[in-house]
Amino acid sequence: MRLLTHNMLSCNIKGVTNGFPLRIEAEKFMEKEVDFNIDFLKSIFSKIEWTALVEAAQSLGYNELPEEVVDSSSMLESSDFLKKFHHALLELHLEEGALICPETGRRFPVSKGIPNMLLHEDEV
Amino acid sequence: MWYLCVFFHRLLDYRRAEVEALAELFGAFDDGVGDDHHQLQWKLPERHHPDSPFHLVNLPSEDAARNIANRSLLVKGIYELWGEGDNYEELEKAVTSYPDERKLPYLATETTFRIVVDSFGKIINFEEQNKRIQSLKFIPFKGRVNLKNPEQKFWLMETDDYGSKNGLPPVVQKRIFFGREVGAADRKLLPTYQLKSRNYLGPTAMDAEMAFLMANQALATKGKLVYDPFVGTGSILVAAAHFGAMTMGADIDIRVVRDGRGPDCNYGLPMPISLLRADNNLPSWRQGLKEIFDAIICDPPYGVRAGGRKSGGRKLLKGAVDPYTVPDDKRTGHIPSTAPYSLAECVHDLLELAARMLVMNGPYTDDIAELAMKMHLEFKENHLKWLEDGNLHSAVFSPTSSVNGASGDSNFNRDSKPKYRGKYV
Repeated sequence: MRLLTHNMLSCNIKGVTNGFPLRIEAEKFMEKEVDFNIDFLKSIFSKIEWTALVEAAQSLGYNELPEEVVDSSSMLESSDFLKKFHHALLELHLEEGALICPETGRRFPVSKGIPNMLLHEDEV
Repeated sequence: MWYLCVFFHRLLDYRRAEVEALAELFGAFDDGVGDDHHQLQWKLPERHHPDSPFHLVNLPSEDAARNIANRSLLVKGIYELWGEGDNYEELEKAVTSYPDERKLPYLATETTFRIVVDSFGKIINFEEQNKRIQSLKFIPFKGRVNLKNPEQKFWLMETDDYGSKNGLPPVVQKRIFFGREVGAADRKLLPTYQLKSRNYLGPTAMDAEMAFLMANQALATKGKLVYDPFVGTGSILVAAAHFGAMTMGADIDIRVVRDGRGPDCNYGLPMPISLLRADNNLPSWRQGLKEIFDAIICDPPYGVRAGGRKSGGRKLLKGAVDPYTVPDDKRTGHIPSTAPYSLAECVHDLLELAARMLVMNGPYTDDIAELAMKMHLEFKENHLKWLEDGNLHSAVFSPTSSVNGASGDSNFNRDSKPKYRGKYV
């Protein structure tokens, strides 16, 4: 599971209002190379919750991302920034572990890189 | 400029749609050739039925024509038409009067060429083909013949009025075309990606040709993000990934997500950016997430063989059993029960998903929304009548209406519709 996916998901148990961001519990993670595409990065940038991405990257041991985005247009011109962004967003890959709802503590297991977001009967 | 666009005679309703989509992808509408609705101008050869494989299309440039033809699956070729006629005398006249400055560069001494004789609805044997090629002597070919790797390919295409022999209205009328090939489909993709070459198949794995058509219509290309909410074994994502798109898929069934794994199966394509086990009925997108996918392509579940499922037990949702709590010690590894997911619900959820998650100014625009609404109301009003008349499909997809101006409204009658292979089309 890439951090892009992590950035899109929240806990959707009935009644949960604040299910984002999910905390990452990593048992095994790896880096998988993905083709670098500047246009994709630039267009996806505005859709990303930055703080959540920074925290998720840190939980996988990657601390290179700036804590805050001050001037996004000039940062997106910097290839150094884009490379880090690309690496954090697409190349860090959670293989085994869990995503944990910040409100209820519910564990969504991640196995073989695939998060299981399915709810139990009593959570629908 | 007008080009002759010859289609393979299959998946008739998808042929123009594919060319339109690719025209958009390759920027054919950027300089105002298409009208406001982003549609190409089409013409049919005289007295041809819309099902005819021969169409004339107005494209802004030869590059656009080549790109479209080379990427499409259903275009046999796009040709610069040098002449056409009902017989060879007419063809000769037409080709002779075609301007020399368009012809001579392709006939020069240093070029290599070949002439292909092709036919629709009839067979021309080898001897006859040679005779026909010889009869083209009036064209001043100066180059050398090269059958294997010619720089220029010229096509002589003949159709016959074969319909008169089987009692059905003819799809095509006898006509002869001569043109220079600008581009042609690469159908070698299909044997490469055919389903039997896969390691793992689901019960309703999408046929490779259909998957490529969908990817074309979704304008899948490098840097785009394509999502399939019913990913299954990932056959659709294979096609999107082949064209360089980033892919993402979800499915409620863990077997298919776990074992299918989409594009990486054995073609060396990049893995999907993400695979999820998730329920399209209860999506777990975070609040505020929107306009993130460039396209959503899917084959929604229906029927029995691979019917749709959603979260929540069948009995529970019906109220046949009281709500219960899964005991804490059994939570890990608990397999939640699912309930049937009707097509209506599924389509509803898909529209929700599309409205929220598709990027604006992509393929989906206000025009399409308006048109869909109109079609929907029309369908609601008339579908019973169409069903009785036995032309429900053609009334909805009305292939003729865009050509001869007969609108797709309720005034359908059997006689006005042409019949093809015993069915109203």
